[in-house]
Amino acid sequence: MTIKLGVPSKGRLMEKTFDWFGARGISLSRTGSDREYAAKVEGIEGVELVLLSAGEIPRELKAGRIHLGVTGTDLVQEKLGLWEQQVETMAELGFGRADLIIAVPQCWVDVNLLEDLDAAAAAFRAKHGFRLRIATKFHRLVREFLRDHGVADYQLVDSQGATEGTIKNLTAEAVADITSTGDTLRANHLKILSDSTILKSQATLFRSRNAKLEQKQKETLNALIKQLELDR
Amino acid sequence: MPNKALIRARAAELRARFEAAGAKVAETAVLQPAEVLLDLYGEDIRARAYVTSDTLLGEQMLRPDFTVPVVQMHMDHGAEPARYTYSGEVFRRQEEDTRRANEYTQVGYEVFARENPAAADAEVFGLVHDALAHLNARAVTGDIGLLKAAVQGIETTEHRKAALARHIWRPKRFRALLDRFSGRLPVPAQREALLAEADPMQSGVPFIGLRGPDEIAARIEALREDHGAMPISTGQVEMLDALLDVRETLPFALEQLRDIAVDMPAITDAVYRLRERIEALDARGINVDAIDFEGSYGRTNMEYYDGFVFGFLANGRADLPAVASGGRYDALTRVLGGGNEIPAVGAVIRPEVVLELEAQA
Repeated sequence: MTIKLGVPSKGRLMEKTFDWFGARGISLSRTGSDREYAAKVEGIEGVELVLLSAGEIPRELKAGRIHLGVTGTDLVQEKLGLWEQQVETMAELGFGRADLIIAVPQCWVDVNLLEDLDAAAAAFRAKHGFRLRIATKFHRLVREFLRDHGVADYQLVDSQGATEGTIKNLTAEAVADITSTGDTLRANHLKILSDSTILKSQATLFRSRNAKLEQKQKETLNALIKQLELDR
Repeated sequence: MPNKALIRARAAELRARFEAAGAKVAETAVLQPAEVLLDLYGEDIRARAYVTSDTLLGEQMLRPDFTVPVVQMHMDHGAEPARYTYSGEVFRRQEEDTRRANEYTQVGYEVFARENPAAADAEVFGLVHDALAHLNARAVTGDIGLLKAAVQGIETTEHRKAALARHIWRPKRFRALLDRFSGRLPVPAQREALLAEADPMQSGVPFIGLRGPDEIAARIEALREDHGAMPISTGQVEMLDALLDVRETLPFALEQLRDIAVDMPAITDAVYRLRERIEALDARGINVDAIDFEGSYGRTNMEYYDGFVFGFLANGRADLPAVASGGRYDALTRVLGGGNEIPAVGAVIRPEVVLELEAQA
């Protein structure tokens, strides 16, 4: 029996993950045509590479269908309830860094803090008859954060992409999104609320706590941990 | 938890009790339109209720409680006064604690009556009290109306009072606002800078989005007014704290609140109402010396209770949810009534917890 390692199936996250493992003597690579999701592992025995969408890796870890997986902390915490009981953090990989933040239009000169957002939301609701809309795909994290910080009179609207454009399109008044440099926010005339860092995320190697390991697989995992020089 | 058949039987007994007290049986749908609940509770309800949808009806929620549909039913075609009882399952997401039930039974009793609110409060509390008399549980009461009156009585701007009243149910934000308004927290640097500008609206960035320049200007004006306002005095903050810190049996709590009312006359009417409630409880034969009152009780519930609030908590079983809880929700009937309103008070019992405590005894 092999142990299964889930890695994002495309883009920079995949390349950087391959580089990270490569630097530690484990070569991950795609095989076959560009379109075929087949892959191989060299430099260690008994590890099978599974290419998956980064967004599906948390779910697969929770189900125990993969033993290890690389994905963002943001996705794990958004998608898994009691996440620390489902997965163990093995290593932070130092790339794919991004912050989940709340941003509002730059023209809102009166809003710089969460308490301003709360006050603006109360006035907005009174005037417009509906709650101030915050576009996001991180519903759970944002809701928990705003509840903990006592912000009321808002609603979350789902946005799976091009979130920064929702304000100009009048489908939201604010956004809660992942940003690394802030360039996209600035280009869309948005600014970050200074006390609104919900989460600092980066690509992370997780181990599923729900995947069963046979003796042979345990040995493979230990060999992998040793080779990756993970401090546990 | 006990098995379903037992729970159902116990729920039927409890409902029969409420019917015998004069309540009509109310039935409500399990699927409730999400829009109504979202508008009422805000985004927090999504963390507590299961949302589902289809392409025709749109978003629906699995009934997180009975109160809202029962109020709607009454407001649509109820005669007055009215008493309702119901029994059925409610559904709550539990994403932080696997021990909490995400599907459980509630048996409820709701009174809609314009006359004599103290008697209605005592009626609802008394019925629950009698049904649970054999259990090792203690009753805790509170009064959100008292807190609302206290906030209205603070000597400060209307704007600040409205901000505090809005956050009575969010103790942390309430405290932060109080600290800000009483000058205990410094004014944020960005706000100082904004208010120092002659024309802060001329920031050179384009106006985008639905929140318009008029709204931004109005908020800046409100901030200016606030900046110029006197801080809330230490004495007033201390009085509010004294009110929130009251933890006594009902008669002693009343004494303390009367003392506080000497310096805080705005709560006088609310204190009278508390006294009338205590008298009404006493008249029902309830031993009011055994009932606790906590100034802060009910502040972390969902924000529709606006007067009397109460819960029955199992002694020594912090792992169990409240056996019963209830309160007055006059404002909810106004929100759902489309221009109509009627004073209302109600409570629910959780038969699962009743059985659990009976098994332990």
